[in-house]
Amino acid sequence: MEELKLYTYIAVFGTFAVYFGIAWWARAGSTSDFYVAGGGITPMQNGMAIGADWMSAASFISMAGLIAFLGYGGSVFLMGWTGGYVLLAMLLAPYMRKHGKFTVPEFIFDRYYSKTARIVAVVCLIIASLTYIIGQMKGVGVAFSRFLEVDYDNGLYIGMFVVWVYAVMGGMKGITYTQIAQYVVMIFAYTIPAVFISLQLTGNPIPQLGLGSTLADGSGMYLLDKLDLVVTDLGFKEYTTANLGGTLNMFAYTMSLMIGTAGLPHVIMRFFTVPSVQAARASAGYALVFISLLYTVAPAVGAMARLNLMNTIEPAAGQNLEYAERPQWFKDWEKTGLLKYEDKNGDGKIQYTADKATNEMVKVDRDIMVLANPAIANLPNWVIALVAAGGLAAALSTAAGLLLAISSSISHDLMKGVLTPDLSEKNELLAGRVVMTIAIIVSGYLGLNPPGFAAGTVALAFGLAASSIFPALMMGIFSKKMSGKAAVSGMVAGIGVTMLYVFQHKGIMFIPGTSFLGDMGPNWFFGISPNAFGAVGAVVNFVVAFAMLQVTGPAPAHIQEMVENMRLPGKTSAAHAH
Amino acid sequence: MENKETYWSENLRLIFICLAIWFVVSFGLGLLLVEPLNAIRLGGYKLGFWFAQQGSIYSFLGLIFWYGAKMNKLDKKYHSEG
Repeated sequence: MEELKLYTYIAVFGTFAVYFGIAWWARAGSTSDFYVAGGGITPMQNGMAIGADWMSAASFISMAGLIAFLGYGGSVFLMGWTGGYVLLAMLLAPYMRKHGKFTVPEFIFDRYYSKTARIVAVVCLIIASLTYIIGQMKGVGVAFSRFLEVDYDNGLYIGMFVVWVYAVMGGMKGITYTQIAQYVVMIFAYTIPAVFISLQLTGNPIPQLGLGSTLADGSGMYLLDKLDLVVTDLGFKEYTTANLGGTLNMFAYTMSLMIGTAGLPHVIMRFFTVPSVQAARASAGYALVFISLLYTVAPAVGAMARLNLMNTIEPAAGQNLEYAERPQWFKDWEKTGLLKYEDKNGDGKIQYTADKATNEMVKVDRDIMVLANPAIANLPNWVIALVAAGGLAAALSTAAGLLLAISSSISHDLMKGVLTPDLSEKNELLAGRVVMTIAIIVSGYLGLNPPGFAAGTVALAFGLAASSIFPALMMGIFSKKMSGKAAVSGMVAGIGVTMLYVFQHKGIMFIPGTSFLGDMGPNWFFGISPNAFGAVGAVVNFVVAFAMLQVTGPAPAHIQEMVENMRLPGKTSAAHAH
Repeated sequence: MENKETYWSENLRLIFICLAIWFVVSFGLGLLLVEPLNAIRLGGYKLGFWFAQQGSIYSFLGLIFWYGAKMNKLDKKYHSEG
């Protein structure tokens, strides 16, 4: 045990020292450095930074755990969080890069020629980003509570402090280079245990192939068939066919995540840091390459973790594990309060079933699975330590990127752009840092009672972005005539409907017990869950915008000309403020 | 002037093709047609399950790079100062 602790400290402090060193070395000197890293990053570097930015606590810590328990239903995350890059590469990134601005609200201000549009975009962006950070904070809390062996709440407080130090110091230039280092740490931390476990279970070192292989125990049975058998024996849904709330819900869920991906400001901002339109397209491709390395391994991690967990608790049918003989990882996670056992039938053994009345694993927080996975599989201690470092890197890098998006939208778009245009560069940076601090405190507070598992919370954020930002950007590029008033109505209607549905189910800003319409059945709108509702919100956005366009009349001629110019290939200037 | 419009319409055609494939590999094969496809096996994978958790992602990758390459050619063909 002592050895594990030592390794973990070395891995975590070692990697942190590297990140802080890089952040210090590349620290931001000007606003341009702070927001878009001066515009001089190659597509490959940018793709890697997007990868690190993207693979948050939701992807790294939470997603495979959710897949482990959802089975086929977990596919919504896999397809949803990769398919959005296709939309980005074809529908948004190149044109927005061609136009050349710092932030998403700035683009919306130019295209829809109205301060109202800019303010509405800022508000939508803040709501979505803040929700996203709550999800990250859950991941930060889980990782720090396990790493420091404290309960979840204290883990979260410590995590908030670390995120604060890190994000306030860096700015985009620092963050971009740090994120490249974080990507490398993360991808190794994620794939190495997966390779070990795949080798152990199937004899095939490539997890993507191992998942489709036969087990190495001599039974000749396919891994997935075995898993289906084990879980159905205990009354759970069959792994490879378990649906997530019906086909319509899965459809909406996937769509919501895809278009949300293409509407999230911290991802779009990244495409402003490359030198050309061609580089913007290439960046989206490289980003997806780096992301896919993790996303195609995740289903193997999920399935294998579930199988190992089941086999640990019930090595053979009817031979349940004695609670007194539970392994060390079990005890470690009990300390965090995220894993709980209750001996309901008093036999001293652990029964884990789908039936609530007899199930004794009363709490298995999905977000612990990835971090616990290497220990469950009895992997060497240095692998477990590496995973801890990777999980922290994931949560930290995304939280920093999002905080930057929030702070730039308030200090740059709201204050400098609308309220106090004569703000000096120095004060703009200061305002940005103050905003970051407030955002960390608010999201940390809300992270104490998160509205779901990290990945579920993040899915809500995507829904909010999907219903507001994506339609406005897409119409801005593909419909020359779209007018400012119509786009604003669309954004307000889209995010309004989505927030109404989400907050009704989850409480206003996710504070429990603030559902306002009283007793409404769960998922009452055609069985679509709040996490999936962004797709419906986006449809509302498009419909309202096009209806209003008929009323308000088309955009003025000089705007239409600007859109024409955005669509053409050719030289771009570096991103600049007006 | 004429060039501008053909460039844009060629781009739109490409996007349409790509997004049709994007839709089919994920929503089509991984979701709407998952049950009949699951009757077919790819090693230990049921085919519909494979598309949902593996195949769709590989297809997305192919699509982005194919589109990028096509567009680079198009950009050269209609080279303009913008």
